[in-house]
Amino acid sequence: MGNRRFDFDALSFRIVMTGVALLALLLLAAPTVVVIWVSFTSGYSLKFPPPGYSLRWYVELWNAWQLQFALMNSLKVAAWATALSILLGVAASLGIARSASLTARVLDSLFLSPLVLPALAFGLSSLMFFSLVGVPVSPLTLIIGHTVVSVPFVVRNTVASLAQMNPTLLEASASLGATRWFTFRRITLPLIRPGIMAGGFIAFMASFDNVPVSLFLRDAATDMLPIRMWQDLEGKLDVTVAALSGVLIVATIALMLVMERVAGLSKRLT
Amino acid sequence: MAATLRNVTTYDLKLAAPLAAGFVVFFVTPLVILLALSFQTDPQGGRFGLTQYVNFLGDSFSLGVLGSTLWLGVKVTALTLLLGYPVAWLHQRSPGWARGVIMLLVLLPLLTSVVVRTFAWVVILGRQGIVNASLLGLGLIDTPLKLLYTEGGVVMALAQVQMPLMVLPLITALSRIDPNLADASSVLGAGHWRTFRKVILPLSLPGIIAGCLLTYAAAITAFITQSLIGGGQMLFMPMYIYQQASTLQNWPFAAAISVIFLVAVLVVVSIFNVLGRLSRGYTNA
Repeated sequence: MGNRRFDFDALSFRIVMTGVALLALLLLAAPTVVVIWVSFTSGYSLKFPPPGYSLRWYVELWNAWQLQFALMNSLKVAAWATALSILLGVAASLGIARSASLTARVLDSLFLSPLVLPALAFGLSSLMFFSLVGVPVSPLTLIIGHTVVSVPFVVRNTVASLAQMNPTLLEASASLGATRWFTFRRITLPLIRPGIMAGGFIAFMASFDNVPVSLFLRDAATDMLPIRMWQDLEGKLDVTVAALSGVLIVATIALMLVMERVAGLSKRLT
Repeated sequence: MAATLRNVTTYDLKLAAPLAAGFVVFFVTPLVILLALSFQTDPQGGRFGLTQYVNFLGDSFSLGVLGSTLWLGVKVTALTLLLGYPVAWLHQRSPGWARGVIMLLVLLPLLTSVVVRTFAWVVILGRQGIVNASLLGLGLIDTPLKLLYTEGGVVMALAQVQMPLMVLPLITALSRIDPNLADASSVLGAGHWRTFRKVILPLSLPGIIAGCLLTYAAAITAFITQSLIGGGQMLFMPMYIYQQASTLQNWPFAAAISVIFLVAVLVVVSIFNVLGRLSRGYTNA
């Protein structure tokens, strides 16, 4: 009797937990699947299910010069912001990671704070700052703004890698007569490289995807991809955007798998 | 000798100087200017005072926008926790290959462009979208339901968009729980539900709090999803700030709204941080 009650208890628990988990996983996957599915439509609208299938909207992408122009701008800004984030962020991480001083703790919090502050408020205050000092918005102001919101990802991942590193290795290297620079290149850098790469990858995606900062800091000539797509979607539900989304999703999955291989991405995110 | 050896393992704090200088100029200074501008009495400049704050706090419309934004965050966080916890639980007890699949599904939305993710929800929830097409096809409804531009739609889309932020800390928290504790609980006669409620759930509290903090902060600031799924009828704080700053060019009022929003976010973050510290003390005890 008690045994049967126990079985029902175990069964109901597993069914409920697994059921909700599968529902949640379906919810997680659905949007991606739907976008790719609907991007192969032969019709003119995002009707579901599509009336027929074709590659016409992917072909259309070749002529969508506005989207291509915005894509190039977004890639350029993201590349610059990522390069600056890695350069400044890794140096800063080395400075603060192994220090217990108050300054280091304060800097650590400062460098991570863009993660929790609403990016829109930061974008607006940056615009106020640049207009007050008389600097017109340009690709340069855009890159500066993007670097501020991207650098926390590099700092967080690099500091975490440095914290896991065994200091004995550095002492061993030094006691064998290696210079600091040699030790950095041959011991420290190889050990923290996966952390830097994972951080840089997330920083790149954060910049590429950023809307709130771009809205305020871009000039009229610099169209950014997420904003272009957002405005296209507000105006008309354009199927070309679905095709471009399909391309972006495939590129993201490919990059994710590469980063998983070389940098153990998923381990760094949990 | 010992001193020189210790020196080898640390780097000079000066290495952080370039980024620190950059942050002071391009992050701290703008926020100070934002604060200063919020005390300006009118857009043309001039005197300083609390006019903008009085305007916001005395206006039921503005307070309503703030209230609905904070409330939206609560609803999204609750739904995300409800759906995300079983995902983390399933990940924990799955074989290796299934873990990989679950992790890919969880990470994918995190790294997919937010516009693309939100756009997918427009396709799903629209008048000709999947949900309406299925319901019409099954004969359950005669006319398409209005799903897009409703608060339910915004909550649903935000829950999906922010789910990774909840699931990842939960996976970390669950992986730290000693499996012997659950075994001990069942040996002592507790059923699965009771073990979950009395052992697993309390021990995963730090992960729950970390996940809720990230989800909440992201949900209330999610400008794109809020405006695309919510449409013109629903106004939340980020769009309110953008309208005042860009369309109406009322910078002092936009600055004051931003400051109020920043303070609200910081208060919530601090509350979660305190709860997090308390829960860690609890799980270590």
